[in-house]
Amino acid sequence: MTKQTADNPNNQMVNSYTPFPARIDDILVETEDGNLKTFRIVLENQKDISKWNHVPGQFAMLSLAGRGEIPIGIASSPTEKGRILFTVNRAGVVTKALHQMETGSRIGVRGPLGNGFPVDSDLKGKNIVIIAGGFAFTTLRATLVYMLANRDNYGKITVIYGARTPGMLLYRDELKEWAGRNDLEVHVTIDSEAPGWDGLVGFVPTIAGEVAPSPENAAALICGPPIMIKFTMPPLEKIGWTDDQVYLSLENRMKCGLGVCGHCNVGPVYVCKDGPVFTREQVQRLPVEF
Amino acid sequence: MKILKLEKSDLDKWLAEWMKSSPVYAPVQSGFGSFYDWARLEQGRMPELLPGVPKSSIKTFLFPQPETLEEFSADPADPSAFILKAPKTAEQLTIIAGVRPCDARSVSLNALPYAKDPYYSNRLRNTALVGFTCETQCSTCFCTRTGGLPTGTEGLDIAITRMDNTFLAEILTQKGELLAEAGRTGTDAGGDALSRLEQSRKNSGSPVSSADDPAPILREKDLMALYQAPFWQEIAEPCLNCGACTFLCPTCYCFDIQDEVIRDRGRRIRYWDSCMFPLFTLHASGHNPRGLKLQRVRNRFMHKLKYFPERFGPISCVGCGRCIRECPVNIDIREVYTDLLAI
Ligand SMILES: Cc1cc2nc3c(=O)[nH]c(=O)nc-3n(C[C@H](O)[C@H](O)[C@H](O)COP(=O)(O)OP(=O)(O)OC[C@H]3O[C@@H](n4cnc5c(N)ncnc54)[C@H](O)[C@@H]3O)c2cc1C
Ligand code: SF4
Ligand code: SF4
Ligand code: FES
Repeated sequence: MTKQTADNPNNQMVNSYTPFPARIDDILVETEDGNLKTFRIVLENQKDISKWNHVPGQFAMLSLAGRGEIPIGIASSPTEKGRILFTVNRAGVVTKALHQMETGSRIGVRGPLGNGFPVDSDLKGKNIVIIAGGFAFTTLRATLVYMLANRDNYGKITVIYGARTPGMLLYRDELKEWAGRNDLEVHVTIDSEAPGWDGLVGFVPTIAGEVAPSPENAAALICGPPIMIKFTMPPLEKIGWTDDQVYLSLENRMKCGLGVCGHCNVGPVYVCKDGPVFTREQVQRLPVEF
Repeated sequence: MKILKLEKSDLDKWLAEWMKSSPVYAPVQSGFGSFYDWARLEQGRMPELLPGVPKSSIKTFLFPQPETLEEFSADPADPSAFILKAPKTAEQLTIIAGVRPCDARSVSLNALPYAKDPYYSNRLRNTALVGFTCETQCSTCFCTRTGGLPTGTEGLDIAITRMDNTFLAEILTQKGELLAEAGRTGTDAGGDALSRLEQSRKNSGSPVSSADDPAPILREKDLMALYQAPFWQEIAEPCLNCGACTFLCPTCYCFDIQDEVIRDRGRRIRYWDSCMFPLFTLHASGHNPRGLKLQRVRNRFMHKLKYFPERFGPISCVGCGRCIRECPVNIDIREVYTDLLAI
């Protein structure tokens, strides 16, 4: 009894588990400790390139055949055509293998996955505050570049970004360029005094308390270590910010990225599919399993 | 719906005919050590049905492990090295006979999260389920508390029920019709067969005839009230985190994905994983959102009884009782039902 159902339309079901072949086009060492590198990726097949379309805040699975797959936030904006950026911290098996790869090497990319920031809906027309700590700036960079490319769609944009030392800041050239723009307010801070640094010194929550704008018609996008997020909320709340105005991006261990394998759930939601972006109001109603 | 009447010899003929062109699996008592479990039938090896379910669940067929997701060349000289490609799948029907209604129902339940999964869909399309309804409930069976019935037909292509010394076969799907034709025997059971079937179900000692489904009640309960209930510590206390419950459970469908390379060939495979294991959620940073046993045990039950129904409707348990039967420390999901429903 073979072939009897061969014409079933299910045969053409899209296989979301199979990555697109891609090449590493360029590698940039971002931080002084060498632990963060930005990989510029180019998809190999024209049909995949024309299909690729992401929203800032989404992520993709980077696939190293023989090593495994890891979820990494997309650091480039969809407006930056022809390249996809991923900034990767060397952490374990796959990230280490990726760090050892060279320009021209083949990898795989599966995505884009997840929901992303609502840049074309809820955030439109609002004053935007981007608050980032450490290497969690990646998808917020994507968001910022997207907003600058569609500048008229947003009100005032404020960026607060902090790292341990000047050498641990990501995207340093762009930070300089952004600081020179007059349609953007940028506050870059480091944890403690460092030779040659004449910018802000202090933790992100402190700086946020000093420079955060009014919550009037505004939204805050916050990415960073949990401790930073925790201490950034009270100064914002003090001037009237509420949880529904604050967008967070969650991380959990992931395998499928499609809401099936069960690894990433936070109570009833799957971070990979329902997230990774949630409002703080949504997160507060969930079990603390992230 | 068509109902056929079969003698025991007709049933044997069906199986023998099917075996000529398809692999046929059914529960057998011997041959595989002393376990009552699934085996491939051959001429001379026929199903040996006992009350209740076989040791392993039907997911070994529809969600087998390992499942090859993709294959690739790992030969650096190959221009297509490290490009992953899903393996070609054959359109070959596999027949699983002697399926109990709870196992059959688990196939439909898993199809909800796997709706867009090409591997599961492929297997579903290429598998025919021939069920035997239950005349006896074992002490660990509780399908009737999960929205199912010992005489249920959900998920089946053919449901066979014993009546006196003959069998009535309900042909439930197109696939079932193909099988019935291929069996080349059986007579029409007559217009009153359905009512006879229903009548016999009422009289046959089939203990319950109406399902008692907790899903609507659990869906309405407050998520955090269930999550923060005081009894989780007590339930989780004896658990060894061995994962036996999740591996045997027909409706536990979580998986891990790993890569495997042998010399110049590689493949990406998926296989069963368990939320009972700390590694399931461990971050590369060392942080673990469900680092405690209590959190993991709670997740297993909350997923089945609250998260799944919220997302898909029904609860993700068919009451087969395997987890109760095999848990080394006697954790009983029926008690968890009772506790949750009391919140
Ligand atoms: C939505 C999202 C976005 C992200 N964005 C970024 C980003 O932009 N940049 C970034 O750098 N990171 C990002 N991350 C984090 C990143 O995914 C992890 O750092 C990465 O998965 C680590 O993978 P690894 O293989 O290097 O580490 P792992 O191999 O996981 O290392 C951790 C340890 O876990 C153990 N381990 C892992 N798997 C197994 C297994 N199957 N069996 C047994 N033990 C195991 C090993 O002991 C290993 O040493 C993101 C995560 C998410 C969820
Ligand atoms: S939870 Fe237990 S009783 Fe329910 S389907 Fe799974 S193994 Fe069977
Ligand atoms: S079978 Fe029992 S002991 Fe083992 S993980 Fe499941 S509940 Fe815990
Ligand atoms: S990663 Fe598989 S469900 Fe989210």
